[in-house]
Amino acid sequence: MIAFVAPSLSYSLLAPILIVLGGAVLTVIFEAFLSKAIRPIAQLSVTLGTLVLALGQVWRIRHESSLTAAMGSVAIDGPAILLQASVLILAVLGVFLIADHDHFTVVAATLPGSEEELASIRSGEKLTEVYPLTLFAVAGMMLFPIATDLITLFVALEMLSLPLYLMAGLSRRRRLMSQEAALKYFLLGAFSSAFFLFGAAFLYGYSGSVSLAGIYEAVSGGTGNSVFLLIGIIFLSVGLLFKVGAVPFHAWTPDVYQGAPTPVTAFMAAATKVAAFGAILRIFYTSFANAYWDWRPILTVIAIITMVFGSLVAISQRDIKRMLAYSSIAHAGFLLSGVIALNKAGLDASIFYLFAYGMATLGAFAVVTLVRDSAGEVTDINRWAGLGKRSPFVATVFATFLLAFAGIPLTSGFIGKFSIFSAAYESGNELIVVVGVLSSAIAAYFYVRVIVLMFFTDLAEDGTSVIIPSILTRATIVVTFAITVFLGVFPAPFLNFISSTATFIR
Amino acid sequence: MKWLTSLMLLPVLGAVLVSTLPKAKELLAKQIAFVTTLVVAVAGIAMATQFQRDNVDLQFVESHSWIPTFGINYALGIDGIALVLILLSVLLAPIVVLAGWNEAVGGRWSVKTFYVLMLILETMMIGVFAANDVFLFYVFFEAMLVPVYFLIGGYGTGARAAAAVKFLLYSLFGGLLMLASIIALYVISGEQGGHTFDISALAQLHLSSTTENLLFLGFFIAFAIKAPLWPFHTWLPDAADAATPGTSVLLLGVLDKVGTFGMIRYCLELFPHASKTFTPVIIVLAVISIIYGAFLAIGQKDFKRLIAFTSISHFGFITLGIFAMTSQGHSGATLYMFNHGFSTAALFLIAGWMSSRRGSSKIADFGGLQRVTPIMAWAFFFAGMSSLALPGLSSFVSEFLVLVGTYTRYPVAAIIAAFGIVLAALYILLPIQRALHGPTTDGNESLTDLNLREKIAIAPVLAVILVLGFYPSPLLNVINPAAAHSIAKAGFTDPLSSIDSKGVTK
Repeated sequence: MIAFVAPSLSYSLLAPILIVLGGAVLTVIFEAFLSKAIRPIAQLSVTLGTLVLALGQVWRIRHESSLTAAMGSVAIDGPAILLQASVLILAVLGVFLIADHDHFTVVAATLPGSEEELASIRSGEKLTEVYPLTLFAVAGMMLFPIATDLITLFVALEMLSLPLYLMAGLSRRRRLMSQEAALKYFLLGAFSSAFFLFGAAFLYGYSGSVSLAGIYEAVSGGTGNSVFLLIGIIFLSVGLLFKVGAVPFHAWTPDVYQGAPTPVTAFMAAATKVAAFGAILRIFYTSFANAYWDWRPILTVIAIITMVFGSLVAISQRDIKRMLAYSSIAHAGFLLSGVIALNKAGLDASIFYLFAYGMATLGAFAVVTLVRDSAGEVTDINRWAGLGKRSPFVATVFATFLLAFAGIPLTSGFIGKFSIFSAAYESGNELIVVVGVLSSAIAAYFYVRVIVLMFFTDLAEDGTSVIIPSILTRATIVVTFAITVFLGVFPAPFLNFISSTATFIR
Repeated sequence: MKWLTSLMLLPVLGAVLVSTLPKAKELLAKQIAFVTTLVVAVAGIAMATQFQRDNVDLQFVESHSWIPTFGINYALGIDGIALVLILLSVLLAPIVVLAGWNEAVGGRWSVKTFYVLMLILETMMIGVFAANDVFLFYVFFEAMLVPVYFLIGGYGTGARAAAAVKFLLYSLFGGLLMLASIIALYVISGEQGGHTFDISALAQLHLSSTTENLLFLGFFIAFAIKAPLWPFHTWLPDAADAATPGTSVLLLGVLDKVGTFGMIRYCLELFPHASKTFTPVIIVLAVISIIYGAFLAIGQKDFKRLIAFTSISHFGFITLGIFAMTSQGHSGATLYMFNHGFSTAALFLIAGWMSSRRGSSKIADFGGLQRVTPIMAWAFFFAGMSSLALPGLSSFVSEFLVLVGTYTRYPVAAIIAAFGIVLAALYILLPIQRALHGPTTDGNESLTDLNLREKIAIAPVLAVILVLGFYPSPLLNVINPAAAHSIAKAGFTDPLSSIDSKGVTK
């Protein structure tokens, strides 16, 4: 008979996640008991309040570091704080976009085109289930990069994924496409989760432990069966790389980005990347650091094909959301070079890049939500022609985000690219730097093409127009734009903060 | 007094002022832009009077920490070569604004946007020559592309969007190669005593010869695209054809000089051994550019393209002078950069006036202008003579110096290059004969001669060409010490003789 020991939890360190989970439960209760009329505003306020409160708590514990906050299942350290804060900030701005109910179907269970659907739309009600889903996903995203054992890691992975699968299918228009996206995301996601578990099992077989520290010790000791280690690393990586959309595990990305309601795409593209790369960084920098001879060549090849493939295929895209999806694939490749770097500079650069890229991505998708015709959003790139004439401000802002993606100086993207490539070079991976700059050159082509369409092509009179954004959407656009430019011109305080804070503890 | 920063801030202030104007105030926008550029020009001349010409150290030095995490400084400082190029930029700017008084009217966007872009471009032109930190240089080098891109694509004629994109992608490609080299320099400097971007500190690095050669190529290809050197030149004729005359003047007169300036400042100084290794290849490319550009110029049917190809030939001369590695060559090349700026400005502005009056820039559409518009015809003749380096005009001095400087080390190259002068007579005199002389052809009878504004704009250009033809020493006095110093820093000694202050070999 094993004596039961009450787990000792450090509540203040776990508070950010607990607050978000508490908020999530509260929104579920609201969903059940509040009247339909006040639900939208109540849910929105609770969601935003929860996120801001959690952010405040993250700020309060920013100097803490602990491995025992939850019986050794999570680590609170510099990177954990930075990544959690990034997820929360991106989530707040993402919720600003999600608050526009026009993007979401009213009753997700109705058949597309059915009488019930028409009736639900006529009722003028608003879908509010998206708020609890968002909060649960955020909690998962906050747990994912701080988890230090494979079981917690898996729980976090599912916790962030399941709500996202649902959210991808909530689009009001082109519902079949949205539901197809959700199903695809779910099936492939489930498949990759299986790979993740399979890898975790092998790592347990290799080290006799599911904790990252235990695996690290086994790797350092070099006693286990290294075939098990290799298989474990490979399958675990498949599960992780799927979430960031690295080639060849990217197939879901364009379909889901395109099919999901644009605010969900924005939130998912920005915040999931932070969470998933946070977890990848922690696992590879702590557990597998001493086995880098085993995994570095594999990740290098994946990074290279991801960069090149994403950049090349983006060229032929005709849909703005699909183009941004392939661009996000290319960026996943750039980010992988920060993982491969395996040095302090690589960690700092990756965290900076994740935040800067997340901001620009949120902003870009926020602009996509504004360009509409009578049937909803216009995502056909050719119909964006002459946007610079119609709404110079919106077009200029979007062009700035594209220039940031392309890594033009005086935008955050350039500082990110410089820091991540220099870290990779410092670790002796010159090849990845050369491929990286060359694929940036390819990528520049399709970013520039959109700018040409917006500014240098004559206006197409086909009913495309830029709607006047709501205050919240406007806030997202203004904030992301300001941060994108600010981090390009004065990145010093932010870089200093990262480099003084970001150190993994083992 | 912080001369360089003040010089860079003035156009920004002008740009801010112009951008606050209402769209309808076109005249006021032009006037503010003109006054701003004029003030900058006066300030530039005032700065030049403070320049100590015998001091070979960098002058007007400023340095502030910008991104300490990466050792990046906002560091400025100029030698004689940079001073001459900054003078070129600030002197041409007001002339371009005055000469192209109405060229913004037919653009895609408002007149004020044109001048905002123009003024921002002026700031960046000064910055790129003044930067004393490789990272800062790169920021200006790349950021400069954005205003030029919009100036060509938004206000040009014909296939302006395609030309703008071609220009941007060529330059970006070169820039990204340079970025890879810069990252390598940064990392190597970190390995050898601390991250820095300071040019003189980077020049002290120990590089293996393979590394040095590769890094050299990264920089050189970027500069060869910019300059442009055969076979990287194909973007230039399209861009010059599509851009407004004023933009073309800045593009060929100043921006392309960044390439040749970069060769002196960065290629030679940072990679002296690699420069030596690649000299034979570059000399060959330069000679090919001279002859190839000249032959293609002869075959052109359009004035703008003709001038573009003559420039390719002239850039061949400049590159030849630089890589001859003699102080005469360097002095000649720097003087050539200045003179080419003015003679190209004259040619482009007058060709622009001719074609805006005639509605065509095809040489065949003109004939007998001498009888209808004598002043314009004479001015063009004068500018043409300067372009073919007639003795007594400024280009002669620099072309002579380049050939002398080259002959002392590479006699064969100098002899072949000298044929470029013969070809120059053909490509200038043939179109002059067709367009200016002979009977006045149909459609040219009612052309009007230069008005007062145009005369005021072109007079100083022609005066500079004439004065420097007879009396180049004010410039040479500034250039010579810097040129000799740059040769010495690259580890070369003059094979035969030095040069005195009159620009004559002893």
